[in-house]
Amino acid sequence: MGGTGAEKPTLIRWEERNGEKVAVRIDGRLPEQLRPIRIEVGVLGNADGSALVEYGATRVLAAVYGPREAVPRHVALPDRAIIRCRYHMAPFSTEERKTPAPTRREVELSKVIREALESVVLTEMYPRTSIDVYMEVLQSDGGTRTAAITAASLALADAGIAMRDLVAGVAVGKVDGVLVLDINEVEDNYAEADMPVAMAPSLDKVLLLQLNGVLTHDEFINALELARRGILEIYKLQKEALRKKYVEVETSTTG
Amino acid sequence: MAKIHVSPRSIVVPGDLIAEGDDVEAESLFIERRGKKFYTTITGLVSIEQVDDMYKINIIPLEGAYIPRPGDIVIGLVEDIGLTHWEIDISSPYKGILTVQEALDKPFNPVTDSLKRYLDVGDYVVAKVIAFDRARDPLLTIKGKGLGRVTEGSIVEIKPSRVPRVIGKKGSMVNMLIKETGCEILVGQNGRILIKCPNKDIEEVLILSIKKIEAEAHTTGLTERVREFIRKERERRGV
Repeated sequence: MGGTGAEKPTLIRWEERNGEKVAVRIDGRLPEQLRPIRIEVGVLGNADGSALVEYGATRVLAAVYGPREAVPRHVALPDRAIIRCRYHMAPFSTEERKTPAPTRREVELSKVIREALESVVLTEMYPRTSIDVYMEVLQSDGGTRTAAITAASLALADAGIAMRDLVAGVAVGKVDGVLVLDINEVEDNYAEADMPVAMAPSLDKVLLLQLNGVLTHDEFINALELARRGILEIYKLQKEALRKKYVEVETSTTG
Repeated sequence: MAKIHVSPRSIVVPGDLIAEGDDVEAESLFIERRGKKFYTTITGLVSIEQVDDMYKINIIPLEGAYIPRPGDIVIGLVEDIGLTHWEIDISSPYKGILTVQEALDKPFNPVTDSLKRYLDVGDYVVAKVIAFDRARDPLLTIKGKGLGRVTEGSIVEIKPSRVPRVIGKKGSMVNMLIKETGCEILVGQNGRILIKCPNKDIEEVLILSIKKIEAEAHTTGLTERVREFIRKERERRGV
């Protein structure tokens, strides 16, 4: 949320490792390294589908309701379902209290996430209904929109809604001239560029791409490739988490 | 020659490649074909069947809402009364419409008569879906054997996606439940189950076993496990 008056911290240290000079980031990660990721599916009893996703300290909860009757009735479409998204940051998610009212930024992110999900969900299978997706950022440490979209797609799959592919997202940044994967809050505040990307990996399609700051043409291509590699890693974890929900039931009953 | 990428009865998630080749046939709405490749679009269990030279792949969804199909027997709850129709909740995104022609055998005059006399809000009905094309709400009928207002018994609600498991292959599960407990069981396709039991204790055991089937729907050897469960519970409770 914008740099404060404080002095800029050292974001990249250059170290000698095995005779090679490597960039080490402020939290000790290598440039192409993700934060520890934790994914849990089916965490809410009342929702039709839900998921909790953590990218390091970033923590997002997603809940899906539907397909259900659209209210008010006039918003329903005769040939497909409508998807409604709410991306929201909890007042306690940031260092300083965020007002709970939806900000301009949250309205925009809800829109871009909705558009990303619309391109994978088979909405024409559920005409005249609505699918409501709620994403609540519980703790923010950079990359919340990509964590939100990762959680949302899992919650949709958990609700049994037909979709062409899961969606996974990750943000890439340029920090002190170095392209870094899964940028965190401190890095984001002082980054030259920040690029959230969401993809449907088995379709190999980009569903969301935003860019804040400046990248050269080559840097952009490298950044996109870096994001793709990170997304494939997250995609594997997503599938694992979805399957785990059922395996757990099995072991708890037979064991 | 078909290439199968998953093992039978494994859990698949959206975007998984199931099979590829010309001799593959998708039997489920939830399988999407892209060129020669077949992908799943839902979380479910795969089944692969080899018939002659064709591989038939099917997916049994593990989650998801109830989408009505003509011919389904459903258990509905009367939600609202119109002038000549009832609106029925069938635990689906679409609400069921029961017109007076499909409920009564005699002519009905809304001026002199009220629909409330026949079915009131809060009543459960066993109904059959006669038409549904997704453009309009599903039409129901209660004319027919075994259909009509529910006058006795209890309703158990489960997830609609678990219904095939409660019924079992050719009714094996539900027949086992009937045999073991001596209760009458009617499974609605929409996830409501009507049970009529000789006494309350047996009913409790039956409800527990239905809930057990719901929770463990994706596991194998479930029928035998539930049978054992019922016997053990009956012994423990002395019923």
